[in-house]
Amino acid sequence: MEATDLTLIELRDALRDRRLSAVEATRAFLARIATHDAALGAYLTVDADGALAQAAEIDRARAAGEAVGELAGVPIGLKDIFLTRGLRTTCASRILEQFVPVYDATVVERLRAAGAVILGKLNMDEFAMGSSTENSAFQKTRNPWDLDRTPGGSSGGSSAAVAARLCAGAFGTDTGGSIRQPAALCGIVGLKPTWGRVSRFGVIAFASSLDQVGPMGRTVRDVALLEQVVAGFDPRDSTSSAVEVPQGLAELPKGASLQGLRVGLPREYFPDTGLDPEVAEAVRTAVAQLEALGAEVREVSLPHSPLGVAAYYLVATAEASSNLARYDGVRFGHRAAAPDDLYALYARSRGEGFGLEVKRRIMLGTFALSAGYYDAYYRKSAQVRTLILQDFERAFEQVDVIATPTSPSTAFRLGERLEDPLQMYLADIFTISCNLAGLPGLSIPCGFGAGGLPIGLQLLGRAFDEATLLRVGAAYEDSTTWGERRPPGAYA
Amino acid sequence: MESARHLFETDETVRRIARLARLDLDPATLELLRRQLGDILGYVEQLDALDTTGVEPLAAAGESTRFRAAGLRLELQPGDHVKNAPDHSTGAFRVPKVL
Repeated sequence: MEATDLTLIELRDALRDRRLSAVEATRAFLARIATHDAALGAYLTVDADGALAQAAEIDRARAAGEAVGELAGVPIGLKDIFLTRGLRTTCASRILEQFVPVYDATVVERLRAAGAVILGKLNMDEFAMGSSTENSAFQKTRNPWDLDRTPGGSSGGSSAAVAARLCAGAFGTDTGGSIRQPAALCGIVGLKPTWGRVSRFGVIAFASSLDQVGPMGRTVRDVALLEQVVAGFDPRDSTSSAVEVPQGLAELPKGASLQGLRVGLPREYFPDTGLDPEVAEAVRTAVAQLEALGAEVREVSLPHSPLGVAAYYLVATAEASSNLARYDGVRFGHRAAAPDDLYALYARSRGEGFGLEVKRRIMLGTFALSAGYYDAYYRKSAQVRTLILQDFERAFEQVDVIATPTSPSTAFRLGERLEDPLQMYLADIFTISCNLAGLPGLSIPCGFGAGGLPIGLQLLGRAFDEATLLRVGAAYEDSTTWGERRPPGAYA
Repeated sequence: MESARHLFETDETVRRIARLARLDLDPATLELLRRQLGDILGYVEQLDALDTTGVEPLAAAGESTRFRAAGLRLELQPGDHVKNAPDHSTGAFRVPKVL
């Protein structure tokens, strides 16, 4: 039995039943990283010694009959946006190239307490700004389904590593689609929980009213278990919600019926242009499958969602320009050599430390917040946000979940959209409204397009109703075989 | 409202924004951003067509921020706060002379 072949839940069970030790499982993943990651570029930092020490401690505790956590010995990867005590955390930026956190993010604390083994830190777009992971200051990550293509972004290191089985599961963050879109493009499952559901304490901020932490895995149940471990109120995050997390999120009965479930199909998410026909067809077929499982499908309308991208790129950049003001070369991060004065210290440190996309967004956000333009740009976008939320509230009076494509296309070629930022922003067109409204969203594999590239189905739910998304996702997954297909060649 | 695109016809606005953002940009980047920001603003101006009179802005979708008693929430070691500082001395951050 090869540990890297198992789903996260199967691996957890094998460890619990002592068919496998945590050290054996960790070694298996480290070996696969050593042989496979050079071509893929998913990991920025591999913490082999730290991972093996954590695994040895789990094995010792288990042998001594001590209580161990729900994820005891399960090797996972973390997007390089989560603070990990003593382990370099860069956010894929030159400005944080040497940054070694002195404390753990709450998510990391909870994962360690559950016994998870942290293999290392995964590549991403710098400060989570991007949809292809090409904005990383350090390396490109390739899609294991086709090495000439992007794994999506910004959590592209996480999606590539999960798809190529270089970790049993991973965590990402999603500000405008950064968990769901890379999950779709790499043929895995990604959950963006409700805003406030998972603590953001110790997660490097991009746009605080939109950022949310979530799990990525090869099956819906794997993702549900990871979500169960990290979700719930954290007094250290003032936007963390006290709404109770239901127990047993991952206990999803096999082959469940969807009788009584109402699925909404929003007409605005199936436009005549800007959506690849093969994606539209796969998603419609998936919705027909939900119907075959007993669900009732209704057309709904989310009339303001076509304005989502425009509103998002003002709200997100405005918040980013404010959040990223902390990188000033004084307390941490890169500092320019020999500045003449304090202004030069700030401006040169930031000019040298930030990449082009980050600069572009800081500039746009600074403009949107500047005197004379605030009302026309930031405030206007915040009003559109209200209308988008109201659209969802009306739709959820009629249906329980909304089904859409996750991404308008399958994985695009590396370099293809780098010169045209607006084209890159439009990759997020179906994922962004969910962030603006603070709702949960799930992407699950629902087919393959030309060249054998994966397609994702997105399910959106009511606030704090991740449980329904997971239930529907599991029922769909049980009735199809898309998730069982593996990338070609070396990554199979 | 009048389009802001014309503000990006010359580099005056983009220079002013860069100064506000404390970003040192080389001439090529300044020119690239001037062009691209003009294009992006052209795209986002589709929002202008929508009448939002009387619509309350939404800053965040969740419950409002919760206040809590102040207190130590982290256990840090002495010196941890300057561990990542580019320049420090006796537990303090060093910066160029301000006055």
